[in-house]
Amino acid sequence: MAYRLGVDVGGTFTDLLLLEEESGAFWRHKTPSTPADSSIGILNGVESICAQAGITPSAIEVFLHGTTVATNAILEGKGSRVGLIVTEGHRQIMQIARSFVPGGLAGWIVWPKPEPLAALEDTFEIKGRMDAFGNELRPIDDADIRAALEKVKARGVEALTVSLMNSYINGAHEQRVAELAAEILPEVPLSLSHIVLPEMQEYERTLTTVANAAVRPVVGRYVRNLRAKLRDAGMAGRISLLRSDGGLMSSEASEEHPVALLMSGPAGGVTGALWVGKNAGIRNILTLDVGGTSTDVALIENLEARRVRTTEVGSLSVRASALDVKTVGAGGGSIAYVPELTRALRVGPQSAGAVPGPVAYGKGGKLPTVTDANVVLGYLPEALLGGTFKLDKPAAEKAVQTIADALGIGLYEAARGIIDIVNENMFGALRMISVQQGYDPRDFALMGFGGAGPLHVNAVARLMGSWPAVSPVSPGVLCALGDATTQMRSETARSFSRRFSETDEAEVRAILDEMAAQTRDALIADGVPEAELTSLFEIDVRYEGQAFEVPLAIDAETLARDGLAGITARFDAEHKRLFTFNMESAHELVNLRAVALGKPLELEAAELAVGNGDPIAAKLRDHQLWIDGALRPAVIYDRAKLRQGDRIPGPAIVTEMDSTTLIEADCSGIVDRVGNILITPTNA
Amino acid sequence: MRAQIIQSNPAPFNPKPIDPVTLEVIENALRNARVEMDATLVRTAMSPGIREQGDAFPLIADHQGRMIVGQFGSYIGPFLDGYDGTIEDGDMIMLSDPYSVGGAISHSNDWLVLLPVFKDGRLIAYTSMFGHQSDIGGMVAGSMPIHATSIFQEGVRIPPVKIYKRGEYNSDLINLIMTQVRTPDWCKADLNALIASCRVAARRVVEMAERFGDDVFVAATDELLQRNYRAMKQLIETSVGAEPVSFEDYICDDGMGFGPYKIKCTMWRDGEKVVLDFAGTDPQSPASVNFFLNENMLKMFFGIYMIMVFDPRILFNDGFYDLIDVRIPKGSLLKPEFPAALSGRTHALGRIFDVLGALLGQKTPEFLNAAGFSSSPHLFYSGTDKRGKYFQLFQIGFGGIPGRPLGDGPDGHSLWPGFTNVPNEFLERYFPMVIERYETAADSGGPGLHRGGNGIHMTYRFLEAGQIAIHDDRWFVPPWGVNGGQPGARARKILEKADGSQTIVGNKQEDIAVDAGDQLHFITWGGGGWGDPLERDPALVEKEVRQGLVTVEGARAYGVVIAGGIVDAEATQALRDALRRERPDTLPTFDYGPDIETLRANCLAETGLPAPRQRLWTATALAAE
Repeated sequence: MAYRLGVDVGGTFTDLLLLEEESGAFWRHKTPSTPADSSIGILNGVESICAQAGITPSAIEVFLHGTTVATNAILEGKGSRVGLIVTEGHRQIMQIARSFVPGGLAGWIVWPKPEPLAALEDTFEIKGRMDAFGNELRPIDDADIRAALEKVKARGVEALTVSLMNSYINGAHEQRVAELAAEILPEVPLSLSHIVLPEMQEYERTLTTVANAAVRPVVGRYVRNLRAKLRDAGMAGRISLLRSDGGLMSSEASEEHPVALLMSGPAGGVTGALWVGKNAGIRNILTLDVGGTSTDVALIENLEARRVRTTEVGSLSVRASALDVKTVGAGGGSIAYVPELTRALRVGPQSAGAVPGPVAYGKGGKLPTVTDANVVLGYLPEALLGGTFKLDKPAAEKAVQTIADALGIGLYEAARGIIDIVNENMFGALRMISVQQGYDPRDFALMGFGGAGPLHVNAVARLMGSWPAVSPVSPGVLCALGDATTQMRSETARSFSRRFSETDEAEVRAILDEMAAQTRDALIADGVPEAELTSLFEIDVRYEGQAFEVPLAIDAETLARDGLAGITARFDAEHKRLFTFNMESAHELVNLRAVALGKPLELEAAELAVGNGDPIAAKLRDHQLWIDGALRPAVIYDRAKLRQGDRIPGPAIVTEMDSTTLIEADCSGIVDRVGNILITPTNA
Repeated sequence: MRAQIIQSNPAPFNPKPIDPVTLEVIENALRNARVEMDATLVRTAMSPGIREQGDAFPLIADHQGRMIVGQFGSYIGPFLDGYDGTIEDGDMIMLSDPYSVGGAISHSNDWLVLLPVFKDGRLIAYTSMFGHQSDIGGMVAGSMPIHATSIFQEGVRIPPVKIYKRGEYNSDLINLIMTQVRTPDWCKADLNALIASCRVAARRVVEMAERFGDDVFVAATDELLQRNYRAMKQLIETSVGAEPVSFEDYICDDGMGFGPYKIKCTMWRDGEKVVLDFAGTDPQSPASVNFFLNENMLKMFFGIYMIMVFDPRILFNDGFYDLIDVRIPKGSLLKPEFPAALSGRTHALGRIFDVLGALLGQKTPEFLNAAGFSSSPHLFYSGTDKRGKYFQLFQIGFGGIPGRPLGDGPDGHSLWPGFTNVPNEFLERYFPMVIERYETAADSGGPGLHRGGNGIHMTYRFLEAGQIAIHDDRWFVPPWGVNGGQPGARARKILEKADGSQTIVGNKQEDIAVDAGDQLHFITWGGGGWGDPLERDPALVEKEVRQGLVTVEGARAYGVVIAGGIVDAEATQALRDALRRERPDTLPTFDYGPDIETLRANCLAETGLPAPRQRLWTATALAAE
């Protein structure tokens, strides 16, 4: 029997999900993460989960992995030292960046400017210039390039990047630098901007190339170490990593192009939600992934997650495709406070994090957090099922009382206030990806996962009007599930920047075909059989002069049938949906992209035994929680004992190993065929 | 109020006490609505000024026109006072005439859209946004004629008019306006974008009122204004003294050979109120550098600077306006009389921030920032290319950010919120030019313990013959340093012909003919330094020399001697000792550099430009003009 193993390494826990491909049977496991060397935690987990399933690691055919190693390298400034070669006159490209200062009118007073990812003293210029149409304005000079390379070499850089003006349209000069670099710095890994990102906008292209170079050694070491340990443990199967765009890439490809991994972590949750949605028959989903310090949200329409062309990491905006995941600083650890000046109740973005953590965890946290408010209100029962520790409710009450006192309101009102505000922050993020993009949230279900998602999903669904609120099966390991169930993906993009009237179908198709071949070759090299490949194209279109492009997905047949006119018509429709108007301006074809996809996993979720609709067998005990302005009786259920068709009246709490679902007073939850809890208003 | 508001539902709002949680929720929702306005605008606007650089500003106001969210304070009050017409459901108002709104928009290039938001027959809010148009006709491409002597020369001036009247679009009016401008495609798209942004925010407001109830929404906006009032009251008590403090700064010239123009402000606390009095500011200019400063806008600027330090997450609004009394003399540079030209107001606008920062910091020098907000440099380049196609570029540049208590001023970054530079590859693709150089100017940041940010040295090579115009300031009066920090370097512009010959060109000059192949070096000012430069870590100075941000010669201003690329510790100590001996024991709070007369005397030698002449403000002199 063939097994797939999904592994997601978080800040606190490493989640594993083992799938048996024929029956759909699965096993899940959580083990403490080992930040110093994540592979130790992973291997611990692999051992445990294999023991649970009664197999040896050699039975695992595919190992699928979402990782934040690249993200953390950037966020913590632990990337490699990158040398940068640029065009004469543009040495300070990373120093000046886009001249943007965040914050309002006086924001510059308090803005700490981050250090550039490639140090200015490690940046050197060369002569030679391409114009914006790919013509050589001035030639390069080998002696001059050699001199620059010698200077970089003397600086002791660990990686080298070349990013020249207009190279996106003609990379010949960068190519020549690469040839000479191979002589002078043969041991230093090299990234060329026109290869990593053949797109207009020199700062973004340079930043993306530098980011790629900066995380390459870190990711390379990580991947090689993990691979070696897995091989030692007897796992001979394929190892793939989850890309920011929700596809998989081989571990070898990820060593070359780690910039595609920057949103690997959050992408796992979204791909997990896709799989859950497919099995539950829910095609439009808003995801709500609530962690300790932040919440990630994304939009899935017709079982397709929205993608964007930029990945935001810390203060950097890197040009690499990613699922459109928005993050807000609102999570279980978000700290509530009342500033003296305004006497307003604020929640986050400061977080108690894993250490010292919420007060209720008893690990030294002193400031009231969202988790503490959940404990006070009874939403998080003191003794978690299967949990190894008991929550300290009196301490949580004491902490939340400080907020109540500052505001002059009661303890429960203050606690509920904290929850309402954090829910509102999540609501704000969800609006940005739904209403603001022209989607009506009432057409979507809201799926809450991560440790605390199912606690908030009911209330946020009410704000959004997004029903049902879904607490998926295994919400705590949904990312690992996503890692295990998504498909291989390879993508390439190119700037085109021409009016539709200046090109024709034949030209566009020829370029797309060439790009398609490139992406297919990449997946074939990764071991995907050619017969399993599908190709897709994406074309970015805008009205000439706009800053905003609309990406339109298209396949070869549709392009052949409807031609370029079909594309402009679709753009007009999409523009109207987004902005309520169209314009007479010429259409511009901005970027072309080709995507190759492996075969998706055809796997049904295991069905739950059918119950009689009454969840009484799963009842653990009676409970009290504060909801709708009063303490009310509620029931706590054990999720493992719920059966298909059970109807749980609110207010109720459903607990499981790693997550707690709250069903509010006027709502009820129905357990679906495969174990998801679908919450809807009782009287709707 | 002259405007007549017509509501089909006469029931007044009945605001009730509101709990702090609902208030916070509504505050957040309003904040989100504003973010949505910005996002909508950037995505649909077309002119590089708005879409790439972000020169546009949103506002949401309550039903009385008081700003709840926004940046520049509400202009709705002055508008309603001056507007002789009705405000009805389905109306949308557009205007661009600064004189119609008491200067709340300060030049005719800014087109403003105002949408009264009606719900169930009652006016419940206003949403509004204005954005800088690339061209509105008039004497020169870009419509900011330096030589204008009246606003009639500065392009189409739109009084408050209804582009939608009870839901009906007035296309004749729009056609009339678009016929006046050189770039109708951009203007149409940008106007559409402003409209779309206002509509988005209006939808959010109505949704909020539906969700919480109209009375709760109104109560919330009242309370948000009140909260601001209370916070500001406390701040004023603790940080503004009853003893008047004054500060003077200058804009360098008016583009007609005269200058500098003095801006003077005196601040004191009178009971619970702060008075900001601009008595002593020079009279208005016959040229276009006047800045019609709206009192409310200045209150907003003042409040933002105050609150920034204490609770940066507070939503700025109009609530504290009663606490501030702004006095601007009529007929001065900051309150010119109709029909004074206004298009070049950017220099005085930027300078106001330098002045405000200096005033607020005088009592608490640890919070003081150096100068460098100063201006917003513009370049215009227009012509007709070889294929006969008209092109027109309007680009906003940046100087150096001042040295700050927090640390060095970032090099070549924007002091204006939300602004970004335009990618050079974008410029080269869509305009006939090559950007030969885009760097910061070494040593231009004022030396200090915290260095002022360097200005930018940008070199354009023009590929087509055409005309250029330059608007910049801080070329004559340097941006001052504070707490021992020294002034930043001044701005310069050099035109280099294909044969290598160079000419210094003015910092406010238009109709400069350029040939294909000419290069323009557009060099902006550096920010002033903060703190004693002799205290700066020599290793940091060495690093910045290696980075090309400071030269070996420039390092000497920090008392640092660099030899062979590294710090010569002994020589550094000796130089620092010598410099300390030469200077006074106590460093001045403000270092303005040389006085105006010395600057004048050395102007030609130092800047390559003749010194601006002093305008004579006597009655006879005015009569003689």
